[in-house]
Amino acid sequence: MFDMLARRALQSALVVLVMSVLAFAGIHLVGDPVYLLVPPDAPQAEIARATRQMGLDLPLHQQYGRFLWNAVHGDLGNSFIFNRPALALIFERMPATLELAVFALLLSAAIGIPFGMWSGMHPGSAVQKIAMGFSILGVSVPVFWLGLILIMLFSVSLGWLPSGGRGPTTSLFGIEVSFLGWDGLRFMLLPACTLALHNIALVMRITEASTREVAGQEYVRFARAKGVGPLRLVWRHIAPNVMIPVVTVLGLEFAHLIAFSLVTETIFAWPGMGKLIIDSLLQLDRPVVVAYLMVVLLLYVLINFVVDVLYLLLDPRLRARSA
Amino acid sequence: MLARRFLRRHAGVAAAAFLLLLVLLAALAPLVAPQDPYDLGQVWIMENERPPLSRSDDGRRLFLLGTDGAGRDMASAILYGLRISLAIGIGSALVALLLGIVVGLAAAYYGGRIDAALMRIVDVQLSLPTILVALVLLAVLGQGVDKTLMALVLVQWATFARNVRGAAMVERGKDYIEAAVGQGLPAWRIMLRHVLPNCWAPLIVTTTNQMASAITLEATMSFLGIGLPQTEPSLGLLISNGFDYVLAHQYWISVFPGVALVLLVVSVSVIGDQLRIVLNPKLDA
Repeated sequence: MFDMLARRALQSALVVLVMSVLAFAGIHLVGDPVYLLVPPDAPQAEIARATRQMGLDLPLHQQYGRFLWNAVHGDLGNSFIFNRPALALIFERMPATLELAVFALLLSAAIGIPFGMWSGMHPGSAVQKIAMGFSILGVSVPVFWLGLILIMLFSVSLGWLPSGGRGPTTSLFGIEVSFLGWDGLRFMLLPACTLALHNIALVMRITEASTREVAGQEYVRFARAKGVGPLRLVWRHIAPNVMIPVVTVLGLEFAHLIAFSLVTETIFAWPGMGKLIIDSLLQLDRPVVVAYLMVVLLLYVLINFVVDVLYLLLDPRLRARSA
Repeated sequence: MLARRFLRRHAGVAAAAFLLLLVLLAALAPLVAPQDPYDLGQVWIMENERPPLSRSDDGRRLFLLGTDGAGRDMASAILYGLRISLAIGIGSALVALLLGIVVGLAAAYYGGRIDAALMRIVDVQLSLPTILVALVLLAVLGQGVDKTLMALVLVQWATFARNVRGAAMVERGKDYIEAAVGQGLPAWRIMLRHVLPNCWAPLIVTTTNQMASAITLEATMSFLGIGLPQTEPSLGLLISNGFDYVLAHQYWISVFPGVALVLLVVSVSVIGDQLRIVLNPKLDA
């Protein structure tokens, strides 16, 4: 089992390295940030000085080498716009994004799994048809349009919920969170629901497919013949096997949520990492963009790795096979 | 036979018919649309922000879905936007399919190190979040239809490559391929005439799903302001343009293009779903 994990760890490291090269090379081609610090009509000496100061006069591979060396030491450069460490900017905004992502994940698990399991165990029922219809809609509706509709409905027409921003936060272990007070929660509801819809639909479909497969198996029929009650049947016999693919999907989707939050944050003006990168991209704030890509990629790779380990732990057949 | 089984599924047939209608409307947009929204001679700024079902100032035209901030008829703008969304979505999926077929077949046929190397690249590509890759690519490449197409193709090809390679690997092990190799047929002929035709079943489902996600991804990129330029407005750009009007209760500028987009993506997804059920005998009860 451990050699499989080691191989995955190595592959993950390779992915991170490759992405660092791509991110660095790609962002390097986007405009010349010298003109952010000096006006375009400045004397040549001034431009040269600024170029040297930002290290932009070195050959590309040397710039990359410097970047990598600094990165390993935790320094991903200073933002050109804010003149603060890019990494600090990102970590400042990470709790906001993570809050949204975690809330959306919990929503999708809480709604998707029960409906999916019910649909899987009662194929052809009204609930199943509605749930499957809803799930097709859920994966097809683009996130930004859904956000628009929700704003229209709940903010403009009904006036129940605010249409943007984060609102008052409370401090939890030194981190600012929104969900602890109703005031803060009000601001979080719409963006979290927008983000979660796609996930709810996906979890519903996977759970339904998985449940249908598990419920049709011999051992379930035997348990029912034995006289096992419906609740115990679901809890002890069906659910554990249904959960294996569902948990892995939830884990993978968590990473996807973090990446996709940038659209939701833009619509709702939620001050998270996603909004930061969109703004930085449009303003050519290179270090922040590169730092964001590296952080998100690292998160992605970490989550994938954890999901792989979880998968191995949950499914004893895999453990036996690799032993 | 597949066609007959598909025709028995009502949801699939309805979705396919609807998609055909949309494609027809989009293709014939210059003939069908009541107004060419990008011909400045036909657009009056004084007729802007009219609600749905209102008439133009001279009373001759009916704005079925209202007008936007510049006086363009929403129904016409949607038809033209549909054109672009469809073209880019379907076009990029097909090109990515081609690229994926080439890579997947090569990996499956030659096996060994070539397979390992190609699949390693595919794995790396697939472990990156699509929206971030698309974002960075478009930020680097800049705006434009061809650049958007390129970015979308680069984001999608890996899924196709993996699918094709999986299916082709299964076929590769079968006897008839061994016989063909023994006969001395050239590699490309074996791959294209013998392996590929037997792989297309799962490929069709993947293609429809990828088309749906390509259309959505392009709309998202346009909404964020990167990707297509203002001169080639897709549905995503229309939605983004109308965003500011929502708070002023002028919902039609954003909502109707969104509805069109949703209907488009839903019909493609339903077709893909029904195809998946038809192709897998276990699910087709």
